[in-house]
Amino acid sequence: MATFIQLLVSGLATGAIYALIAVGFTLLWQTSQTINFAQGEFVMVPAFFILEAMYLGAPFWLAALIGIALSVLLLGLTFKLIIVDPMLKHGVLPLVISTIALSLFMKEMVKNLYSSQAQPFPALVAPYDFHILGAVISSQSLAVLAVAISAVVLLHLLLHKTRLGRAMQATAQNPTLARILGISVRRMVLYTFMINAVLCAIASILISPIYLAKFVNGETLGIAAFLAAIIGGFNQVRGAIVGGFLIGILDNLSAAYISSTYRAASPLLILIVIIMFRPQGLLGRVEERTV
Amino acid sequence: MNRFGALTLAIVLLAALVLPNFLKGYGIYLMSMWAVLSIAAMGLNLTLGYAGQVSLAQGAFVGIGAYTAALMMKAGVPYPLCFVSSGLVCFTIGWLLGYPALRVQHHYLAFVTLAFTTLVYLIFRNEEWLTGGTYGLSGIDRPSFFGLSTNGALGFFYFSFGIMVLLTAAAWWMLHSPWGRAFVALRENPVRALSLGLDTRRYTLMAFAIGSSIGGLAGAVFAPLVQYIEPLSFALDLSLNLLLMVIVGGSGFFFGPFVGALIAVLLPEWLRFIQGYYLICYAILVMAMMAFCPTGILGLVQRGVRLVAARRKAQQPTLLPERTSS
Repeated sequence: MATFIQLLVSGLATGAIYALIAVGFTLLWQTSQTINFAQGEFVMVPAFFILEAMYLGAPFWLAALIGIALSVLLLGLTFKLIIVDPMLKHGVLPLVISTIALSLFMKEMVKNLYSSQAQPFPALVAPYDFHILGAVISSQSLAVLAVAISAVVLLHLLLHKTRLGRAMQATAQNPTLARILGISVRRMVLYTFMINAVLCAIASILISPIYLAKFVNGETLGIAAFLAAIIGGFNQVRGAIVGGFLIGILDNLSAAYISSTYRAASPLLILIVIIMFRPQGLLGRVEERTV
Repeated sequence: MNRFGALTLAIVLLAALVLPNFLKGYGIYLMSMWAVLSIAAMGLNLTLGYAGQVSLAQGAFVGIGAYTAALMMKAGVPYPLCFVSSGLVCFTIGWLLGYPALRVQHHYLAFVTLAFTTLVYLIFRNEEWLTGGTYGLSGIDRPSFFGLSTNGALGFFYFSFGIMVLLTAAAWWMLHSPWGRAFVALRENPVRALSLGLDTRRYTLMAFAIGSSIGGLAGAVFAPLVQYIEPLSFALDLSLNLLLMVIVGGSGFFFGPFVGALIAVLLPEWLRFIQGYYLICYAILVMAMMAFCPTGILGLVQRGVRLVAARRKAQQPTLLPERTSS
């Protein structure tokens, strides 16, 4: 029982990080039909911005802020304006290919300009173990959960309680109508790209102390986020959150109870089952195909 | 195909047959590699260029084909049987994988194949009793036919080139048969194909399964070419590279993958001097190409040819009756 609780908590912690990445992924899809294959690399890179800022003498909190700002600038604004915009007129496929090339580019840049070695990354809180019902729960897991959940709650408040958020939702649901109502669709889409960059940077800060900062991290993170988004429902923010937690918990439990060498396989199996029986995802809506 | 195309094809074929005689061992090896990668990329072109689905598992299928062929050859099975088995195994797996993924829209196949590639890599690495784990399989013999050994570099090039020509001819024939023309319809206008009564979902699945089996056949040639296979050769990198080959050459163009594979083989050799920065340049090239010419190099060529033709037409006196050329 104690081990189960331990696994559950650490699963929830990784799941919360996956959820953050998956939420950003679905936001991009909803507002601009962008399938970002570089999403995993978007999480891998901010850690190196932060490490570089710390190397230049900034304390951790300042470096983290610099990292988030740089992410918004490069992975949000620049990505949208230089890579996505010229591609949108060609349809979905060229953009998919382009983001695949972008992920290759980011991986190689980090490998060549920084290092191919895994870099230690400062933890958010001092290591301390809580003993609850015989289970050992690290302060690290709890901090990750707290930060990730507050990020999601803030995002929810932004999307549902503010005028700006409602405008963004209108853009996602019906761009033409939103435009008629006087919403600047272009700007709203740009905002979602910036929000995605912030979410990725936060995920980066949370995951890097656990996995260390390494140029190949993006692959597994990207796959986990895609799977979470599909399992939960591609067109729902709520779905991505549920999917993220589900993948995180299952990942941890199957690694412990089934096989640690095949931990990457269990999400794939769930994915196939979900696609067979509920192709729109657990919480997703069925989308109509238009000619 | 018009006269210009046939002539180009004949010249390329002749050059490919003659050129290796003037090359050293490594050059011939690269040409054999080109033949193998062309086969694999041609298979992927069916999925990507004709059915419009992104597959990130072509490298994994090359791996499955290579392991199947290598294990069977080591067990003493004659090569032609190993070759065919590789294709059949990959066809079956491709069908089983594509069946759930292609039931839904969007680019679900891309994600499913992405996860599949990771899974296949894990199996190659973990199932030591079968695949030799991280040590891989070494000492794979090159086949011989009717007393002719393909052990030498030149001999093996002609072998792999011959297989490439055979498979290319088979694919060409398939795409021009009444049954295969559906794939072209799928490429041109999937919605229209559907309203004309084509079961597009089944044809998409078929394109993926056949494409995967061609990947497996490429693997069956790859194994005796390198004579040593290990899990890392078939990780995500190979799948990504094959995908970029099809795109760079021109997806949906029959000969696009051959051009793409040639570039993928030659470019790293020419760009030796920039070393680690090679992939960065390649990635930038692909992104630029997607922004300005998503139809790849052959798309650029086609654009150029049309431009020249249009100019020539404009210069001709319009009094003469126009001859239609096919």
